[in-house]
Amino acid sequence: MNSKTTRNQNQTRLAIWTLAWTASTALVAFGPKFLWNETTGLTLLALLLNVGIGIGMILANRRLFEGLDELERKIHLEALALTMGLTLIVGIAYSLLDSTNIIPWDAEISYLVIFMGLCYLTAVILNQKRYR
Amino acid sequence: MKNRIRVLRAEKQWTQEDLASEVGVSRQTINAIEKEKFDPSLPTAFRIARLFDLPIEKVFEYED
Repeated sequence: MNSKTTRNQNQTRLAIWTLAWTASTALVAFGPKFLWNETTGLTLLALLLNVGIGIGMILANRRLFEGLDELERKIHLEALALTMGLTLIVGIAYSLLDSTNIIPWDAEISYLVIFMGLCYLTAVILNQKRYR
Repeated sequence: MKNRIRVLRAEKQWTQEDLASEVGVSRQTINAIEKEKFDPSLPTAFRIARLFDLPIEKVFEYED
């Protein structure tokens, strides 16, 4: 099997795990109110499932990285470093905006997750263009 | 690092995809190496040189 096929398989595997993790997160977020009437045991069970699938997603991501070649790893490593740095700086600044009451709303973690995703995506695209 | 991959590949009438497949990297990586935007690791450089039946110093040239 060539490296391209392996990479495609790893990408599909990661996409499936990510989709499952997103669905299980939605289950934990909305299940208690709409599906099982706030039963604590079921909420904990859903949370355990969510964490378990999350671990599966991390392992699938590691597998994908192991299948990348050296340039692809460099591209992703640089994107990860940039994302981590920007998330730290922007995340703390955003939190300070909230704690100093400069913004009237609460600093929600979901905004930070969206920021991380967009930042990583942009960095990967720009890096791929750089090495084209 | 300079290299003669594009010339050597043309002599053998290989596409970037052919070489990438033999070396076990992506076509983008071969392209980036040829354009000298990316320096390959030692194992990859040795694999490339071996494919052309040449010593590594005949394919790659280090420059300060």
